Amino acid sequence: MEIDWIWGLVGGLMIGLAASWHLLVNGRVMGASGIVGGLVDRTGWSTWGERVAFLAGLALVPLLLKPLYNVPVVTNITGNMVAIVVAGLLVGVGTRLANGCTSGHGVCGISRLSLRGIGATIFYLLSGGLAVIVFRHLLEVI
Amino acid sequence: MIRILTTFFAGGLFGAGLLVSGMTDTRKVQGWLDIFGDWDPTLAFVLGGAILPMAVAWNISARRARAVLGNELPGKPGVEIDRNLVVGSLLFGAGWGLVGLCPGPAIASITWGGIGGVVFLLAMLAGMVVTPAIRTRLNAMAAALS
Repeated sequence: MEIDWIWGLVGGLMIGLAASWHLLVNGRVMGASGIVGGLVDRTGWSTWGERVAFLAGLALVPLLLKPLYNVPVVTNITGNMVAIVVAGLLVGVGTRLANGCTSGHGVCGISRLSLRGIGATIFYLLSGGLAVIVFRHLLEVI
Repeated sequence: MIRILTTFFAGGLFGAGLLVSGMTDTRKVQGWLDIFGDWDPTLAFVLGGAILPMAVAWNISARRARAVLGNELPGKPGVEIDRNLVVGSLLFGAGWGLVGLCPGPAIASITWGGIGGVVFLLAMLAGMVVTPAIRTRLNAMAAALS
């Protein structure tokens, strides 16, 4: 627990370097919801190859690194399937409506002092905090 | 072909960073959002660590016309905090807090997240499929009200 913040910082730097690489080498803003969303709603089909390549790297490289850990790597996701379906729908609709998620608005937006990125981050942090208060502490379903 | 490889690398490094930082663990994400419970500050270090190199990258990109692979670099971001940005971010945050996954970690952890991870990803994709229709409906409602 005490060294979690160091791993957070190291992993965060890796995320930032990935976003920097994607910007300066590929000329793209690294937003996970936009990359996958453009595939499912067909708006990004003209660049489908690079979208699939990004998502393949995103899913496969962590799988290859996972055996390096000497503790089990788990997501600790809730067993409440209703919550999972509702949350998935909210994340899908919300990120596409807002045109960005934690990577696009958060990492890439805040780092260029984008008003929209900062605004989006304030709103999803507020509502995320409220969701934990309501569903964990008041209703105790998660 | 080179673009496929350089883009795979970006996605791979992003996924590796999400794993290393602990952001594929829903308990850590919900712990960060849980300011009245056992608060976990890790996510602040992740976001701060990610913003540092990216701020440098935006500075470099501002002084260049093109990316290394030749295409134009992204232009200036929009400045308008419109209704869709606010409503969308509020909905996204609610789902993020409820289960502790956002799009990047949901995909990065798909191979070990079990049935719950798969169901979450499918629901997220379904939400993305129906969003254009929802956006049209919201815009029509707003136009009718104004």
